[in-house]
Amino acid sequence: MNQPSSRPVLLLENLEKSYVEGDGQILRVLDIPRFEVAAGEQLAIVGRSGCGKTTLLHVIAGIARADSGTVLVDGIDLAALSEPARDRVRAAKIGYVFQTFNLMPGFTALENVLLGMTFSRQKRSESRARDLLQRVGLGARLKHRPNQLSVGEQQRVAVARALANHPRLLLADEPTANVDPKNQQAIVDLIRSTCRHEGVALIMVTHAMEIADQFDRVERLETLNQVLQSTETTS
Amino acid sequence: MSLWKIALRSIQQRGVASVLTMASMALGVTMVVAILSIHGVVAESFSNSTQTGYQLIVAATKGGKLQVTLNTVFYLSRPVENIPYDYYLEFVSTEQRDREYRSHSMQYELRRVTSRVLTTAAAVGPAPVPAVLLAQAAAEQFDYRASIQPLINQSIARWEPGRPTKYGRMVAFAIPVCLGDYVETFRVVGTTPDFFDKLRYGGGEGRAYRFASGRNFRTYSREHGYFEAVIGSVVARRLGLKVGDTFSPSHGASEADGGESHHHEFTVVGVLAPSGTPNDRAVFVNIEGFYLLDDHAKPLGEGDAFARPKRVSAVSGRAHEDAEHHHGAHGHDHEKARPLPIEQREVTAVLVRATSGPVTLGLQNKIDEEDNAQAVLPILEIYRLFEVFVNPIEQLLLALTVMICIVSGISILVSIYNSMSERKREIAIMRALGAERTTIMAIILLESVMLALGGGLLGWLAGHTLNALASGMVERMTGVQIGFWTFAPGIALLEFPWGGHNVVWKVSTEAIIIPGLIGLAVVVGIFPAWTAYQTDVARSLAD
Repeated sequence: MNQPSSRPVLLLENLEKSYVEGDGQILRVLDIPRFEVAAGEQLAIVGRSGCGKTTLLHVIAGIARADSGTVLVDGIDLAALSEPARDRVRAAKIGYVFQTFNLMPGFTALENVLLGMTFSRQKRSESRARDLLQRVGLGARLKHRPNQLSVGEQQRVAVARALANHPRLLLADEPTANVDPKNQQAIVDLIRSTCRHEGVALIMVTHAMEIADQFDRVERLETLNQVLQSTETTS
Repeated sequence: MSLWKIALRSIQQRGVASVLTMASMALGVTMVVAILSIHGVVAESFSNSTQTGYQLIVAATKGGKLQVTLNTVFYLSRPVENIPYDYYLEFVSTEQRDREYRSHSMQYELRRVTSRVLTTAAAVGPAPVPAVLLAQAAAEQFDYRASIQPLINQSIARWEPGRPTKYGRMVAFAIPVCLGDYVETFRVVGTTPDFFDKLRYGGGEGRAYRFASGRNFRTYSREHGYFEAVIGSVVARRLGLKVGDTFSPSHGASEADGGESHHHEFTVVGVLAPSGTPNDRAVFVNIEGFYLLDDHAKPLGEGDAFARPKRVSAVSGRAHEDAEHHHGAHGHDHEKARPLPIEQREVTAVLVRATSGPVTLGLQNKIDEEDNAQAVLPILEIYRLFEVFVNPIEQLLLALTVMICIVSGISILVSIYNSMSERKREIAIMRALGAERTTIMAIILLESVMLALGGGLLGWLAGHTLNALASGMVERMTGVQIGFWTFAPGIALLEFPWGGHNVVWKVSTEAIIIPGLIGLAVVVGIFPAWTAYQTDVARSLAD
């Protein structure tokens, strides 16, 4: 098990992100003065629907670019990087678990995990992929395609894929939203334990308070976000 | 996991659409391979026919140069007018011409008879000889001269022993060819054994004709007299003839077209190995036997039937005897037969090889200027024929197949582009996993290339399978052998001198298919790849 280092794995400063709406109006979604996640730390972010939780994860992952501010991932400022450079950082340092799993339908479980390694410049290792699938309980279902797996199993594959490149930070966007209640806890436990084992920091976005309450640190996006605070004050 | 594998998985995922797209491309490539093969067959056939070891065809002035070439080289079209045999003898050495005249000419016979009259007259002087003997010899000489004089008058060059032949010094060899008879639908070529001893076929230095069985025919043999024949490979297969079998040519046209069968039988002594030349579809008989067939002798002057000396009438009269009891007296005939006199002979054409390249043109000019015959450069005629007919058709077919390939390429474009909307999410997932835009673009291009190459490979296999299936028919029609592993002819990509030789690096035109397909795939793949490149990850993931 890796030990957390003292340097924060994620540091957001003066982060602003806006969208231009259809009628030309500019909608500011994120305005976060400071947000920090320590290495190996696990936290939940909660917030009402549409408050910008997924946008925040996209900005952290470098999928979307911040309008201004700093996005330091393991000491690298994504905001200052070109898109290809952000892609490379994302491939190497960030794992992403989606709400809808987003497995590639034509690929087997093993291939889906290997796909996660394809775009990283790290050495690809099939044994690593097999180990991860073994660890999430799918050692016997390596050759199964997503449509041959249960919903819970699909999310396990997604977790294994997100961890394939030894990321420093795992972003989980409502990972239990599409999972039946019986499996929800198992998925959360799996993600948390695996991240702990790998020494990976975890940010889990969820709207389910019973899941968020299990984390030592829970952040409300409305609290982090000055835009949302002013909106709420106004309303 | 490699990008290739990702592209392959994507193709597999859209199985039916991918198979249809590849089938479309396969069809295009099949046609390209077929067209290139046809071109190869035609080119090889022409090449084999043009490199026959001679440079000039000398034939009668009547008839165009192309007709002479088609008739003499390809055995197509009807024969043109004939030229006298004594004109052919102007192309051989003086010694050979004199030998032939002394062996079987009426002019020599006339000299001999005249000499006998003089000898008889001399004998009458001191020792009286019955005057009737002298009168008989004189009458015989007079009648004979009267009967052959018309033929001698037709001579282009009258024989004078020892007079140098006109063109002999400029000629390496000259081979007479007589046409006009058929065996079934195959042309009969009366010629000398030199045809196979001296002529070559194919490109470069040329290859000697090989015999699949038997040997070349001889001018005269104890077993078959003058009636030996060699048959082409296609003739042997189609007519089921083999060494030892006999056949009777028909005169003027195939029997099916109203030609009358000669009463003489030739014996097959050799079967040619396939050469890919028109000779595969021809029957070669000894020219001496050919002349002895009915209606192949130029008629003598009036009264010849009764006025010819016995020796000569034995030659021409033989046909009449044979007409009556040919079948039962086959072997016996050979011993009686004597060559037809030179004056009664004609040839359809003479195949001439000059002593050197520059001499060829000089020889051609000389022949043409004298107006007795025309000299044709068959390579030039075939090249013109190729230029006028074959090349445009081939270019048209190639243009069509290129268009088919472009249409197939567009089907790849449509197939991939149509899948883009349903694949936006997959692209977004890969992007979220760290794939750069250019990587996504590369995957789409690889997919396009794989579809094109997969279809191309199927098309190549189908095209060559067609070649293999059509090999029998192609060989029957053209004499050119093709098979599954027959590739389109090469084009010289590189040529450089090395150690005194010119090294030529040739690549089959089929090899162009591979880079061509890759290029096409990249071109048609660019548009969907660019669409993929522009995929908005965040929006596609949200969708």
